[in-house]
Amino acid sequence: MSRLAVPKTYKLYIGGNFPRSESGRTYEVTTPAGDFVANAALASRKDARDAVVAARAAVKGWAGATAYNRGQVIYRIAEVLEGRRAQFVDEISRTEGVTQAAAGAQVDAAIDVWVWYAGWADKYAQVAGNGNPVAGPYFNLSVPEPTGVVAAIAPQQRVGMSLLGLAAVVAPIIVSGNAVVVVPNQQAPLSAITLAEVLATSDVPGGVINVLTGSPVEMAPWLAAHADVNALDLAGAADIEWVDLQLSAAETLKRVLAPVSGVPAPALERITAFTETKTVWHTKSML
Amino acid sequence: MSFLEYAPAPESTSILNLKSEYGLFIDGEFVDGSGEVFDTISPATEEVIARIAQADASDVDRAVAAARRAYDRTWSRMSGSDRGKYLFRIARLVQERSRELAVAESLDNGKPIRETRDVDVPLVAAWFFYYAGWADKLEYAGLGPNPRSLGVAAQVIPWNFPLLMLAWKIAPALAAGNTVVIKPAETTSLTAMLFAEILQQADLPAGVVNIVTGPGSTGQALVTHDDVNKVAFTGSTGVGRMIARQVAGSSKKLTLELGGKAANIVFDDAAIDQAVEGIVNGIFFNQGHVCCAGSRLLVQENVHDEVVDKLKYRLSTLRLGDPLDKNTDIGAINSAAQLERIRTLSDTGENEGAERWQLDCTIPEKGFWFRPTIFTRVSAAHTIAREEIFGPVLSVLTFRTPDEAIAKANNTPYGLSAGIWTEKASRMLAVADRLRAGVVWANTFNKFDPASPFGGYKESGYGREGGRHGLAAYLESAGREAPAAIMASAASATTAASGGRKKTTKKAVAK
Repeated sequence: MSRLAVPKTYKLYIGGNFPRSESGRTYEVTTPAGDFVANAALASRKDARDAVVAARAAVKGWAGATAYNRGQVIYRIAEVLEGRRAQFVDEISRTEGVTQAAAGAQVDAAIDVWVWYAGWADKYAQVAGNGNPVAGPYFNLSVPEPTGVVAAIAPQQRVGMSLLGLAAVVAPIIVSGNAVVVVPNQQAPLSAITLAEVLATSDVPGGVINVLTGSPVEMAPWLAAHADVNALDLAGAADIEWVDLQLSAAETLKRVLAPVSGVPAPALERITAFTETKTVWHTKSML
Repeated sequence: MSFLEYAPAPESTSILNLKSEYGLFIDGEFVDGSGEVFDTISPATEEVIARIAQADASDVDRAVAAARRAYDRTWSRMSGSDRGKYLFRIARLVQERSRELAVAESLDNGKPIRETRDVDVPLVAAWFFYYAGWADKLEYAGLGPNPRSLGVAAQVIPWNFPLLMLAWKIAPALAAGNTVVIKPAETTSLTAMLFAEILQQADLPAGVVNIVTGPGSTGQALVTHDDVNKVAFTGSTGVGRMIARQVAGSSKKLTLELGGKAANIVFDDAAIDQAVEGIVNGIFFNQGHVCCAGSRLLVQENVHDEVVDKLKYRLSTLRLGDPLDKNTDIGAINSAAQLERIRTLSDTGENEGAERWQLDCTIPEKGFWFRPTIFTRVSAAHTIAREEIFGPVLSVLTFRTPDEAIAKANNTPYGLSAGIWTEKASRMLAVADRLRAGVVWANTFNKFDPASPFGGYKESGYGREGGRHGLAAYLESAGREAPAAIMASAASATTAASGGRKKTTKKAVAK
């Protein structure tokens, strides 16, 4: 006897919770052929603002955690992802319309991206920081630290990047201790919400990663203009009016990372783009 | 005669050999500008020092074209070691002519000769010497192998440290292999003109550095010019915001060093006498015309009275007057417009309920002057606790706990600098960790060094000047090898299922 499947309700991920959009709106997620797969929450301006509040609240604890701890937490994401591989392969192949093998390769790449960045947590400051030999009796050290709250648009092309693109954008933002509000792939958002379930059951504190499914065109302007957002990653914004977003971000002098084509390759520069260098001077006494 | 009364000891201006009129410096030559010639005056006497040419858009065009030619034909092809040698030459020439530059700077800017002689000009030489050595070591700058220069850099600098800001901008740009068009501030072009003479003495190839003088419109023509690849600006947050908008959507790389409202935090266990010296240096250095000035003093409540009393006593020993006098501590305000701004904001402070104390001293009859001023009973909501005054005006606030001090210190859209005074190292480090500021001075203030990165968080701008980080602002990475295994998996993630509507993308993984 066949059993009737129990489909999942896909919701937003804000502050460690899974709310529906406050607007009550959803949109249809389909296969490339147009067949219905699921309804996803269509996040609103207010959801975006709630997500920024949640992200800001999470910064202190996450940035204050030891680098070793952040590295382990991010590595744990990879571990849990690996265990739910089949579910991701299924969602990706249905929404992107790719073969199981291709979907599997994407999940593998996404896992490896998390692992790659996890290893940077307690190293990037050594590589990007400096002891400075100033001409005087001073101890002088420059160390990078997280900029705070980052809003990001994940890669938006339909094929090959719904999960990988999200990892490639989010991992370098949070590894230094930032919190992120991310708009995942609009057409293939299911793996992003399933990833949120992974996050909720791994050790990532609520609010560090906030996922708003829906329209980048609708949400990005609010995030770009938001005075409590420190930086903007436009990785997946190539096909929307990103110059307007940059103009808007200039009002609060946000750090802006320009759009890329496809998935951003793993790079130290994506970590340092969302850090600030702090230089501390201290006098040395006369002996 | 009290111990504070000294005989005048003015530095002689006979060391100067100024021309009555200065042109623009384009393609290695002084040339006339197309705009109206304007006067540069001494803010201490309001006397005209020289006439300065004004560059309009066509002059900026010529300057950028000269910089482009020099970049394509000479500077980008030159070996790093030869570029470095030119910079070493410039450093030495600055040292040789240091007294002359110090006198000219004090005359034109109004800042005390003690500061130009002991701080500004020595740091100018140090900046060129430091970056000279980087020119043939760029592969160690942290951007991977074979980093590339950007091209033509458009640089706009402020009037508070005219020659030093010029050095901060030009030295790393040239070391990295870029050519430069720089615009000094309208009221302080003089030492840039003397610097152009130094470039001629150094035999720097024509067009590598071009100097266009004029008002804000000249700067705007420069930063919006289509053929510049890099924009670097130091100045107000308002103008910085405008430049960020103008550069949006272009491929120009942008660094901004903008305003500040630094907190200088004094804990009750601080060495109070040293802290008082640091507070004075923090806000009255260079008449407070310092973006990283310690303009908000946060004092732990139980030592507030002691600190303020000592501070007032210490201020009463400061000497305000002739910038060229070697005994002068406080010079002239740079311009009538700036003086007006300082007056307006100070009046606002009083109107909003803060208590004003000013140094009782004689003000010279001519020129622009403002008495060193302390406001007590200032609350975080007061205008003078929020807005950058850019003058010798200190706002004193109090706190009880370290958490409160940190919260108040960070309660500003700015984030350029901060100070901490405590004898407890563990507290100093913990507080430094939580201050959102690019430079934190602990038991010292307003220290600068070419090896030490400088720049802000939040609305104080982005990018760093100084050190290895400062070099990165003028370079781009040639790209590193991305992790091969990840890239291989990513590449095979795009195979569409048979039967589905195929929509493969060509370039799925950007390198």
